[in-house]
Amino acid sequence: MCLAIPAKVVEIGKGKEGARAKAKADFGGVSREIDISLVDAKVGDYVMVHAGFAIEIMDEHEAKETIELWKEMLEKCSDTEMKS
Amino acid sequence: MFRYRNEELAKQILEKLKDLNLNLRLMHVCGTHQDTLVRFGLNSMLKEAGIEVRPGPGCPVCVTTAKEIEEAILLARKEKVVATFGDMFRVPGERLSLADVKAEGFDVRVVYSITDCISLAEKTNKDVVFFSIGFETTTPATASVISTRPTNFSILSAHRLIPPAMEALIRMGEMKIDGFINPGHVSTIIGERPYEFISKRYKMPQVIAGFEPLDVLIAVYMLAMQIIRGEAKVENEYKRVVRPEGNEKAQQTMAEVFEPFDCSWRGFPVIPSSGLRLKKKFEKYDARRRYEDELSALDNEYKEPEGCRCGEILRGLVYPDECPLFGKVCTPRHPVGPCMVSREGSCNIMLRYGES
Ligand code: SF4
Repeated sequence: MCLAIPAKVVEIGKGKEGARAKAKADFGGVSREIDISLVDAKVGDYVMVHAGFAIEIMDEHEAKETIELWKEMLEKCSDTEMKS
Repeated sequence: MFRYRNEELAKQILEKLKDLNLNLRLMHVCGTHQDTLVRFGLNSMLKEAGIEVRPGPGCPVCVTTAKEIEEAILLARKEKVVATFGDMFRVPGERLSLADVKAEGFDVRVVYSITDCISLAEKTNKDVVFFSIGFETTTPATASVISTRPTNFSILSAHRLIPPAMEALIRMGEMKIDGFINPGHVSTIIGERPYEFISKRYKMPQVIAGFEPLDVLIAVYMLAMQIIRGEAKVENEYKRVVRPEGNEKAQQTMAEVFEPFDCSWRGFPVIPSSGLRLKKKFEKYDARRRYEDELSALDNEYKEPEGCRCGEILRGLVYPDECPLFGKVCTPRHPVGPCMVSREGSCNIMLRYGES
C-alpha cells in the first residue's frame, strides 16, 4: 500500500482554472499521468509516486551520494566501535 | 536508475553485525519492508547475525477492522457505487468481501487512485463512496481532492496514523522490542519529528529506512550502533527521499481535512488518536455522517474469522506459519484473513516467496 516508485516528470499540465495539477511522468519507459498537487515539481525532476500522486521530489544529489555515504558511515562506525 | 544492490557492501554489513554479536529483536511497521526482507532473504541472513526483524501492524489493509469492511459492504448493498484499492477488494468482513458483494450484482469498483474515483463520480448520478484506506503516505492524496469533489461523492475513511500504533505496541509490552525500522514513505510525508516522542519517552532507537535491500541492512546497522552507544533517537537512512521536516504541503492538506480520533485496529484495542476522520466542515463528504441512518443497522462487534491469527501477527507475536490454517485452508486464492489477501500482508508475502 505504501509503495511509491520513482518517475521523471516530462510535461506539466496546462491546468485549466480549478483543475488539478497534473503532469505526465515517465516510469522507466512507460508514460502515465500523475497528480502533482502535493509537490512543487518541475519538468526533469524525479518524483516518488504513490497511488497516482507525487508525494516527494527525490533529492538527486543525495541519491547519487547514498552509496558513498554508506561506505563512509561503515568506516566511521567501525572506528567508534574500536574506541568504545 | 540507481544502484542500491551492491552485494559486496551487503556482505560487509552482515559480517560487521555478526562480529558485534548483539542478539536483537527489531520491528518494522511497513509491509513493503517485509517484502524486501523476505524477497531478498535478508531475514535469514540477519538471523544468522543474531538479529530478528519482526513485522508489526504495517499493512493498512490488514489493520482495517471487520466492522469497517461491513460498512462498505452495507453501502454497496444500499445501491451506492463503492470504490476502493485492489488489496481491499477481497478482504472478508465478518464473512463476505466486497468482491463477493460485487458477484451478488452490486456495484463495487477497484481503482488505482482516488482521482479515478472522482472521474467515476463525475460520470454518474449515483452516489459514489470511496472506501479510503492507508497510512500517512496515502491520506494527503485523499485530502487533496476535497476541493474538486462532486456532490455525489463521499469518503468512508479507514485512514490511520503510524506513530500512535508504534507507541501502543510498546505500551502493550507483549514482547521486548530493541528498536524500530520506520516506514520510508510514511516518513516522506511526516518527516522525523512525529517519532521523536517515542525515542524520548521509551528510550527507543528508530531509523527511517528506504526499501532496497541495502537500505534495510544499513538501517539495521544504524540501529545496532545506537544500541551499542546507548542512544535512543530518530535517524534517517532514506535521505534521498525523506526530508527531516517531511512534505509540509502534504501535512497541511491532511490537517485541513482530517482530524485524529481514538480508533480500533485489527488485533489491537482502541489506540488513542490513531484514526483519521473528516473534520466537521467536510461532513457532507463523510459517508459515516451522510449515511448515518443506514449504517446504524450494523452491530458494533465483529469477530475475527475463525482460527485466523492475523491479530497476533500484526502485533508481531507470531509468524504466519504458526497459524494452523496457513497454506492449507488459507491461501491467496482462498484467503481467510486480510494478512493473506494483501500483497503487504505477512502471510501473503511468506507464501509468495516461500520462506519467512
Ligand atoms: S494464514 Fe490466513 S488465517 Fe492464518 S493468520 Fe494468516 S490470514 Fe489469518
